[in-house]
Formats: sequence, C-alpha cells, structure tokens
Amino acid sequence: MNGLREFPSSSRAYFIGIFSAWTSIFCPVIGGTYVGLGALAHDFGLSIAWMTISTMVVWAGPAQLVLMSAFATGAATAPIEVALGVTLTGMRLFPMVVALLPLLRPGATSGRDFILPTHFTSISMWVESLRLLPSIEPRWRVPFCNGLSCGFMSIAMTCGVIGYYLAAGMPPLFAAGLSCLTPLSFMMSTAKNCRQLLDYCAFIFGVVLGPLLAWYQVGLDLMWTGVIGGVAAYGIHRLREAAQ
Amino acid sequence: MSVTAELWPYLLLILVGFLPNEVWRVVGLFVGRGLSEDSEIVLLARAVATALVAGVAAKLIVFATGALAFVPFEIRLGAVVGGFIAFLIVKRSVFVGVLVGEALLLLGGAFLK
Repeated sequence: MNGLREFPSSSRAYFIGIFSAWTSIFCPVIGGTYVGLGALAHDFGLSIAWMTISTMVVWAGPAQLVLMSAFATGAATAPIEVALGVTLTGMRLFPMVVALLPLLRPGATSGRDFILPTHFTSISMWVESLRLLPSIEPRWRVPFCNGLSCGFMSIAMTCGVIGYYLAAGMPPLFAAGLSCLTPLSFMMSTAKNCRQLLDYCAFIFGVVLGPLLAWYQVGLDLMWTGVIGGVAAYGIHRLREAAQ
Repeated sequence: MSVTAELWPYLLLILVGFLPNEVWRVVGLFVGRGLSEDSEIVLLARAVATALVAGVAAKLIVFATGALAFVPFEIRLGAVVGGFIAFLIVKRSVFVGVLVGEALLLLGGAFLK
C-alpha cells in the first residue's frame, strides 16, 4: 500500500474518469465554449453533423474556431492559409503531450495505450490529468485518463448541438449574443493563461494585429498575426533575459 | 456532383482541420521525450499560438459576420472592452468577464433598436 488510489477494474477507472470530468471546474468552461462554437457553426452555414465530427476529430477549441471562421470567408479558396492557421494553434498541444506521457508511461502495457490519450490531449484534459493522475495507481491511469477525456468530449458535443439549435431559433439580437460568446471567452481565457511578459506581449500583439492585417487585406492575415505577434513577443522576452 | 458538394466540407475538415492540428500531438508522442515546459522552443510555440488565438477573436469582433453583424461595431467594441475590464477587476474571472460583455452587448443592441 503506497497510498495511491486503486480501482477494482479498468472499466471502473474509466467511469470514475468520466464522472471526474462532469464534476470538474472545466465543465462550465467547455460547455460555454462549445455552445458558442455551435452557434458559430450555425452562423457560418455548417451542418450539425459537421460540427459534432469536428469536435471529435479536431478536439481543440482554438483550432475549431480558426477552421470555422475560415469557412465563413471561404476555406475552399484558401485551404493552405486555413491549414497554416490551424497548425499554428495546434503547436501548443505538442508540449502538453510531452508533459503528459511520463505520467502514463509507468502503467502502460503497450504503445497502443498512448494512442487515445495523445489524441484526447487538450487544455482542459491536460490540466485535470496533471492534477489527478499522480495520486492514482499507475496501471489505472490510462483508462482513467480516457474516461476523463470522453467525459469532457461528451459535454462539448452536447453543448455544440445545444448552441447550434439555440442560434437557429433565436431572435437576431440573442443570436448575436450567442455568436459573441466565442470571441469573448477565447479572448479572456487566453488572457487568463498568460503567465509571463512573453504571453502578455503575444496577447496584445495578437489583438492589435488580427484586425489590422485583416483591415489592410494582407494575404494569410491569420498566419502572419500568429507569426509576427508571437516572434515579436519572443524577441522581447529574449531581450529582457539578455538585459538581466 | 451534389455528392461532392456535400462531402467537400468534411474533406476540408480532415485536410485543413484534423491533420494540421493532430500532427503536433503525434510529434509530441514520438519526439517529445525529455523536453521541458520552459524550453525555448516551447515558449516560442506558446507565444505564436497566443497571438494567433487573440488575433482571431479580435478579428471576429471587429469584422463581424453572420448573426453578430446585427449589432453595430461601436456596441461590439464597448461590450468586449467592458467585459475585459470586468475580467481584470474581478480576479481575472473569465465567467464574470463574459457575463458583463454579453450583458453590455444585449443592452446596447436592445437600446439602439
């Protein structure tokens, strides 16, 4: 007995994982985000099936936001730009996977165990996994982590459908309110995640450059917003480190 | 022809949504061993993603399409600025910020009609 949490079976660990997701602080966050994204999908003329499948296969709010807003302005005409924008938002998943795997590795029986947790990696699941997994007996961590992820994903899919139908049946002003949910919540949760000068600079540069480059109709404006804003923020961070 | 038109959004979803996003998870799985959260490349990736997401959100508010375009620009701007100030004042609570922003948007929109 080493004080780590035990479960009677893998399926029990999985279901406790689902329950942990449903009672998590991230539940209303994901719910609100996906109600907004569902409303946006309706706004941009995408189908409910498309919205649900995109949640399953992309499973990353920012990437879905970039993807959907691109559909509004014609993704078919600029697929490379959309792919670049999506991939720039996806980069942040890379260090998350790197940090998550050491927790799962001790209890994994084969490489296949990592496939689902890798796909499921997203900010909410990652934060909760890093918080909860260390106190669980290693061999139950993979099923618990998969349950946790499925719990979060079920909330996202359900709320996406709710947002979609709310947007369809609402008077224009309330539909506008629903569509505003996404930019508001993304802007503020991005600001909340800022930890150091680097992040604050990147946030401010992004807020300024995004509309500015679009105003001047710069080609690939999304990609340049990320690259210019991000590299400039990183440059300031390096200069400050060098000065110290 | 019509089948192609119907499947096109799903094809785009996989090609420009799923693949460019998923590639980073797979890269993390295969080559990410021993990389710390504070390494330089991770910081740069975080900065780029932060700027991009903030930029997309700001662009959606400034150049509103669809339902949001129903509300005039000044009110959209007022709502996001007001919401953000509330967010900063109340312990950086996203919930409060979004709530205040939404309230301002709906009130402003209702008064102007």
